[in-house]
Amino acid sequence: MPRIASLTLQDTDTARPIIEAITEDNPGATVHSFPGIVKIDREGSLTVRRESVESRIGRVWDPQELHLSIVSMAGNVDEDDDYFSVAWTN
Amino acid sequence: MNAVAKLGLKQRYSLLTRGLDWEPSYQSKSAIYPYAEFEGIKIHDWSKWEDPFRLTMDAYWKFQAEKERKLYAVLDSFAQNNGQMGLTDARYVNAVKLFLTGVSPLEYQAHRGFAHVGRHIPGVGPRVAAQMQSLDELRHVQTQIHTLSHYNKFFDGLHEFPHMHDRVWYLSVPKSFFDDARTAGPFEYFIAIGFAFEYVLTNLLFVPFMSGAAYNGDLATVTFGFSAQSDESRHMTLGIEVIKFLLEQDPDNLPIVQKWVDKWFWRGHRVLGLVAMMMDYMLPKKIMSWREAWEIYFTEAGGSLFQDLSRYGLRVPKYADVATAEADHISHQNWAVFYQYTHAAGFHTWLPSAEEMDWLSEKYPTTFDKYYRPRFEMWGEMAKEGKRFYNNALPQLCTTCQIPMAYTEPGDPTTISFRHSHYKGDTYHFCSDGCKDIFDNEPEKYSQSWLPVHQIFQGNCGGASVEEVLKWYRLNLGADNLDQAGSPDQAQWDAWMEARRRVAG
Repeated sequence: MPRIASLTLQDTDTARPIIEAITEDNPGATVHSFPGIVKIDREGSLTVRRESVESRIGRVWDPQELHLSIVSMAGNVDEDDDYFSVAWTN
Repeated sequence: MNAVAKLGLKQRYSLLTRGLDWEPSYQSKSAIYPYAEFEGIKIHDWSKWEDPFRLTMDAYWKFQAEKERKLYAVLDSFAQNNGQMGLTDARYVNAVKLFLTGVSPLEYQAHRGFAHVGRHIPGVGPRVAAQMQSLDELRHVQTQIHTLSHYNKFFDGLHEFPHMHDRVWYLSVPKSFFDDARTAGPFEYFIAIGFAFEYVLTNLLFVPFMSGAAYNGDLATVTFGFSAQSDESRHMTLGIEVIKFLLEQDPDNLPIVQKWVDKWFWRGHRVLGLVAMMMDYMLPKKIMSWREAWEIYFTEAGGSLFQDLSRYGLRVPKYADVATAEADHISHQNWAVFYQYTHAAGFHTWLPSAEEMDWLSEKYPTTFDKYYRPRFEMWGEMAKEGKRFYNNALPQLCTTCQIPMAYTEPGDPTTISFRHSHYKGDTYHFCSDGCKDIFDNEPEKYSQSWLPVHQIFQGNCGGASVEEVLKWYRLNLGADNLDQAGSPDQAQWDAWMEARRRVAG
């Protein structure tokens, strides 16, 4: 069975550049839209990169700002100053 | 130029949680943490605890404050602008009633549970995480009560929600779930709520249902739902971290943890049957069926999770296969129960329209037409003839999940499933093997269950007639209960819509 790492974000103006950054930085990611939310799935892992979001919004962005938009996730979390990722390691 | 480099996130978090504890000198550790050992869990090195969400207190307050500002701006705006008039249909409000009376008090229970665990777990890392979660849960119940307070101005059934939560027969299902978790030891509570409920099951509650609220115009519920859910990712991570930590600390923890995972998966599955019914029957505009949600959030996400945890020897919860098979039946069986007992519920029911039944046939091709459509069509015929079907007998309840015994045998949807056990000279009844196993493992605990029907028969619920019991629940008869058609809620909604048509010319 494929091991799907997943991030669900609110479908809002704040989250859209993050969603865009994720889909561009994670080849093969699939985006599912539901009312109010966007669920991004990818086999194995998904990473949100600080630089990639910053280049879209034109200001400094702390990956912990993800806390304001995240709805759900699947995978083991790894978080640092420059990225936030979910992955199935095993 | 500032030559001192800023500390990295991992260092900052480590400084927050390491060295915060001290070795007690005039009290023993076991006197300070009296609940840490009786469950049999063995921890050798608390410093191995790694919280992957490295939220320091300053960041926590900053982000939570911003969430609150956004959330209350929306709730206030919803109230100021009469957002309730923009709902798809008055029927929708019944799903919100069930959520606010059934689930919101659980947020408060979770707050208290995590406060307890945040005091009684000997490791400092999980204590900090549990305290944050305790505050989160308090925030959730507050936001939900603010939402309830607005709906309560216009719709029936919400006016006595804490009183009802402690008494009403179907609210005892979610209530007993949390009572059960909170009366367990701290490690079991962590696995029950942090892992089994938060990680494995709450997506099913908060994600598709809240998306459904968004689709049905309920700005208030969407907003508190997703605001709560933004904390939930942190809670889920805490849950998975706890389980990994316990399993890494000592191999003897595995059988204890496995038993808790089995138990709380099944308990949670039973509680979520209410949500199944909300999604399939109570949302006027539907997002996905319960079956589809189960596939995404249990089969797919849970499958990946348990594959990941198999390296510790943990297996998929017992009866996960039975729960998956039940996903084709549970919403239909639950709605049928509430339709029959609508006179005793604090929200309204109805029969699905022809169009809705076609949607159900499409989503449940192997079960709906064969087992459930004929029943709903027959009840529709009876109602037309003026013989609307009410079940006036009090149902037998399952001692463990407290749900009326309406579920069917695995693989045989026309036979009701009955199980029983004997304990100290009494017979106890169960709806399933899952519920019977839970009782058999801890009969001393579950033989003390406060079962609403038993309590009525024992004379503890205001009287012997349905009317007396409903008054004891503080339900307003003829307003809070019975069919949606003919209810004061519906009459008011129709008047609003009529006014809108008049204005539109």
